[in-house]
Amino acid sequence: MNSLHALTQQARDLANGQPVMSESEAEVARQMQICNACRYCEGFCAVFPAMTRRLEFGRADVHFLANLCHNCGACLHACQYAPPHEFMLNVPQAMARVRGQTYADYAWPPALGRLYQHNGLTVGLAVLLSCAVFLWLAAASNQAMWGSAAPGSFYDVFPHGTMVLMFAPVFAWVVLALGLGVRRFWREVTPVTSGQPVSPPAMAEATHDVLRLKYLDGGHGEGCHDADDATTQVRRRCHHLTFYGFMLCLAATSVATLYHYAWGWVAPYDLPSLPKVLGVIGGVSLMAGTAGLWRLHHQRHPLHGDAAQRPMDLAFIGLLFVTAATGLALWLARGTPWLTLLLCLHLGAVMALMLTMPYGKFAHGVFRTAALLRHAVEKRQPSAVGWGSD
Amino acid sequence: MTIDVLVIGGGNAALCAALMAAEAGARVTLLEAAPRAWRGGNSSHTRNLRCMHDAPQDVLVEAYPEEEFWQDLLKVTGGQTNEALARLTIRASSNCRDWMRRHGVHFQPPLSGALHVARTNAFFMGGGKALVNAYYRSAERLGVQIRYESPVDRLEIDQGRFVAAWSQGERIEASTCVLAAGGFESNLTWMREAWGQNERGEWPADNFLIRGTRYNQGTLLRHMLDDHGADRIGDPTQAHMVAIDARAPLYDGGICTRIDCVSLGVVVNQQGKRFYDEGEDFWPKRYAIWGRLVAMQPGQTGYSIIDAKSVGRFMPPVFPGVKAQSMDELAVAIGIDPATLVSTIQNFNTACRVGTFDHTSLDDCHTEGLTPAKTHWARPIDTPPYYAYAVRPGITFTYLGLKTDETAAVRFQNVPSDNLFVAGEMMAGNVLGQGYTAGVGMSIGTAFGRIAGTQAARHALARTGATA
Repeated sequence: MNSLHALTQQARDLANGQPVMSESEAEVARQMQICNACRYCEGFCAVFPAMTRRLEFGRADVHFLANLCHNCGACLHACQYAPPHEFMLNVPQAMARVRGQTYADYAWPPALGRLYQHNGLTVGLAVLLSCAVFLWLAAASNQAMWGSAAPGSFYDVFPHGTMVLMFAPVFAWVVLALGLGVRRFWREVTPVTSGQPVSPPAMAEATHDVLRLKYLDGGHGEGCHDADDATTQVRRRCHHLTFYGFMLCLAATSVATLYHYAWGWVAPYDLPSLPKVLGVIGGVSLMAGTAGLWRLHHQRHPLHGDAAQRPMDLAFIGLLFVTAATGLALWLARGTPWLTLLLCLHLGAVMALMLTMPYGKFAHGVFRTAALLRHAVEKRQPSAVGWGSD
Repeated sequence: MTIDVLVIGGGNAALCAALMAAEAGARVTLLEAAPRAWRGGNSSHTRNLRCMHDAPQDVLVEAYPEEEFWQDLLKVTGGQTNEALARLTIRASSNCRDWMRRHGVHFQPPLSGALHVARTNAFFMGGGKALVNAYYRSAERLGVQIRYESPVDRLEIDQGRFVAAWSQGERIEASTCVLAAGGFESNLTWMREAWGQNERGEWPADNFLIRGTRYNQGTLLRHMLDDHGADRIGDPTQAHMVAIDARAPLYDGGICTRIDCVSLGVVVNQQGKRFYDEGEDFWPKRYAIWGRLVAMQPGQTGYSIIDAKSVGRFMPPVFPGVKAQSMDELAVAIGIDPATLVSTIQNFNTACRVGTFDHTSLDDCHTEGLTPAKTHWARPIDTPPYYAYAVRPGITFTYLGLKTDETAAVRFQNVPSDNLFVAGEMMAGNVLGQGYTAGVGMSIGTAFGRIAGTQAARHALARTGATA
């Protein structure tokens, strides 16, 4: 019956000139139809209140809801229709599959969306190539990789100008690619989320929800699910360590840039300078957070999420860890002969991270923020569905 | 290991009993018939608890005093209730929620589309399965031994005293025992026998759907009634019974198979005739009688018919309705004689006196000169497309059970057992002789589960103390 329903839906979409739903999109639509007749999970997160504003689930609705889902697992463990029930509901998994697909579909340029297909390989190759480039550059400029004479500063290995020349265009590319990708997503989901523009309260709420990671609190404040039906705050805290660690590292780089150009204070900086303080705290936090997320990822309940995306998730977590670890090692190795080698590895990791940002797990933050913002806008509008008053 | 309290069953009442007994310091073993994935019985399908409260409390608005709760219960049961036990349940519902929270249950504001019970019912966040999960976790932490796939087929009872239970050839001794193994609704043979054959020669129960677990076979209930002569309560045909989508699975269809558009349109039987006032009262106050109404119709089937005006005004059904551009076409699609259906709808439409339609109040849209009348929300069914939803009786749980008292004791010839107790669906009939009001099943299960667990632990520990 489900396949018949899916076929009818496809025929209808074709007739209406709508793009035909993929199998994973149709599966989300099927599951939402069942959830919408039950609604027990309304208190957990934003997905279910958003669902109750709809009677039908088109492609754009499905994309919106999939990116609103944080994969906390609460609705799976609470579900009376989860396997082995014949309705086979697994909302977090169905949402994860579509989410993965949206990252690829909305990637810019579209051709590079294919990089999501073998994302572990993509990230691995990016790391390898980036490191090779820096090693080659170092070798080409006659730097001994391992010399008795330690370089005084990393600018002795790679001049400041070289680094800016390499990283600035990549950074601009990352911003452009993610920006254009999320713009396309925004344009698709805006009409199905009231079409209204963003208001300051909606913006404030979405910002709060992103920064607090509200929807990993389970709705009751006790956290989300990892290995089983117990709730814990571990995933949320590890994500906070990762996110804020990353932001501190970014802040360290920004402050350093300011120091360099505004005051002419040239790196390396050491404690207790602001860039160093931010960088060390950020790096340690990032390492701790990603180590935790890595461990949790391996303990996750087998029904959570989409197993096909594990390489993407782990590659991203791993790369963040390596970036932080090499960064800290670089600082600890100052004045030793290890500096050149570590610098090449660290710059390689940072470069790989940036190159894969628009084509890897990093994108989840951008798309989820956009979905949360649309949700914050939509929930402030009256529901189009009339039963709400009954 | 010696067992102080043996709990038979694995749903809300059983878990409440096990938790209370364990908290009192008893060594508790719980036998759940279902495998782990299906644990929790019908409790996994529930969503709230009807609660008495004299002032607003977290998720509960305004007040729902004891007297009002009691009057509601009196009304739906038509007096088929034991006032002392009903009031005991009502009072217990006012102070059990902090205890529930301590065992990991969370409450949430009323679900959208369920605002009508915001005053009377406290919703479990995530529904009953989340509650069941929380209770099992808490029970494990308190050292309760939990055994899945352990159905009990008989008990050894000596002069009204529990001695041991038999589960798949294994004899399990315990000082005291709590029976909380559910009703017999999943036992299709028993249901068929209970409902018998009607004047049309049909076996109505053959067309019933079971909204909940497939594990409530009533084995222990029948054993207690027939083999041990335990005092009984209730009638085997009385049950919580609603009209649900005819396409629902035989078991475990749960909440999502309900059809909420009855009061917006008309309901006809297979002969294309209306048979009851669809607009008698708000749907949440009437859904529990429609199961029986449909059970009395030929083929135990009804068709809820609405037009385009009603779409979006009721909770979306899980399966799409049969849709047609004309009533004639709709009749053909659902297999009813088109001429009869068209005439039924025409007569209805002509009889409609439309005032100001308002689905949130008992409005003035009604029929005149029509039998049966539709007393509210009567609007002509004249705007295509038309939709039909076939409905059949869906049994939630049966009311036939063991007679009990304020101590939750099982009784033999009106003498309470001092170590055998009962809770949940196996005794809900003491409070609910007929009818239903949302969330009261969980109120009864929680109240009597907790009493049974406390009593069982007290008796077990007193005995251990005496023999030590």
